[in-house]
Amino acid sequence: MLKFLSSFGRYWLLLGKVFSKPEKPEVYYKQTTKELISLGLRSIGITIIISFFMGAVITLQTAYNTENPIYPTYLIGLGCRDSILLEFSSTIVALILAGKVGSSIASEIGTMKVTEQIDALELMGVNSASYLILPKIIASLVFNPFLTLISIIVGICGGWLAGTATGVISSQDFIYGIQYAFIPYYIVYGLIKTVFFAFIIASVSSFQGYYVEGGSLEVGRASTKAVVYSSVMILLFNVILTQLLLS
Amino acid sequence: MIRAENISKSFGDREVLHKVSAVFEPGKTNLIIGKSGSGKTVFLKCLVGLLDINEGEIWYGDTLFSKLDFSAKKEIRKEMGMLFQGSALFDSMTVEENVRFPLDMFTSFSYEEKLERVNFCLHRVNIVNSNKLFPAELSGGMKKRVAIARAIALKPRYLFCDEPNSGLDPKTSIVIDDLIKEITDELNMTTIVNTHDMNSVMEIGENIIFIEEGEKCWEGSKNEILKSDCTILNDFVFANALAKQLKLSAGT
Repeated sequence: MLKFLSSFGRYWLLLGKVFSKPEKPEVYYKQTTKELISLGLRSIGITIIISFFMGAVITLQTAYNTENPIYPTYLIGLGCRDSILLEFSSTIVALILAGKVGSSIASEIGTMKVTEQIDALELMGVNSASYLILPKIIASLVFNPFLTLISIIVGICGGWLAGTATGVISSQDFIYGIQYAFIPYYIVYGLIKTVFFAFIIASVSSFQGYYVEGGSLEVGRASTKAVVYSSVMILLFNVILTQLLLS
Repeated sequence: MIRAENISKSFGDREVLHKVSAVFEPGKTNLIIGKSGSGKTVFLKCLVGLLDINEGEIWYGDTLFSKLDFSAKKEIRKEMGMLFQGSALFDSMTVEENVRFPLDMFTSFSYEEKLERVNFCLHRVNIVNSNKLFPAELSGGMKKRVAIARAIALKPRYLFCDEPNSGLDPKTSIVIDDLIKEITDELNMTTIVNTHDMNSVMEIGENIIFIEEGEKCWEGSKNEILKSDCTILNDFVFANALAKQLKLSAGT
């Protein structure tokens, strides 16, 4: 318990350092641009692949679970749309990104720590926490909502393709289903969750990397911890945010 | 000038430094020597403020550095350059970007002015045609030289070198030692070198501090080492047969 409280305190102290005034904003701007490419653009591929197959599976499973003449087939499209909007494109994509981006952040910062690159920054008079972590947080907060939107579009396309290709639903019914009883707030809800999850992934993973002590073995452990703790936090906040935003 | 007064540092119950005092004068290469694990690196990291001290005072000129807060320390740190044991070059940046980094961060020079300064520093450490290489593409000696170039980019008043010769062959070690000495003289810096390389001691040691088990045991110049009757120092410095012969010949 004491260890948990100590880590929790250090996490908030680190955030305090991260959100202090940057030494030179233009250097931070350049760094943020680099992170947008590294953490954002390079995650588009995995987001598209996962979302496509996720949408396909949701459609097929909904179809097999509603095989009853009482239910109109357009409900398959509606089910696919709502599942993707409410849960999959925000939470599942966040969990995947916690694995990809979270481990990358923790190992990058952790390696810099054990090879004294962070000490070198501090010695120059640079706020290393802010210089290294703030651009990653900003890049994640800016880009992850776009990833969620991409995921929504690709997921629904995947559902449509799987549904029509296997013949479980006609194209017309699927399109009618995704338009039926549409609540635009669901998109806002998904994007709000994404912003929270993006902050969790970037800050928790950076925290794990920043306080690494030892060598390559510890960097590996920090990377694993970053994924595990980010994932657990995402699931916990998913419950809290769902209750707050949908109740 | 840097002055350390009665510095003590503990990690938990383990005391690594015990009341170490020293004065490091400008324009001199000050050496801290001692066995591995004697507390040299901890002492150096305390001097630059990377580790907080438990007791004592560290003065940079008339400023009590050890009592300053983070932002005030940052101002003095801009006058420091440090060569780390593993060079600590930024992996994601090229040689040019590494040397330019402090200039980007703390000057309002134009790009051309920064490039001119970068090329001057790289030329000064004999690195040519390597601006676009990444640290992973450099040899150990080149990495050290680029790290020195980065350390002097802002014309610092204080230069700290932690084991500058570790992992280098004897010839390259001499090149690095000479470079540190020349740059110290040129910029009239206060240079502190942490080493257990006896060649460095004999080459550039103007003021030498010997630390043993966290305590300062001896202080003097390279010439005084040869005549010293401090047993612990002699056991450390003249450990091999060649060095013992040197000591004997100096005594006769």
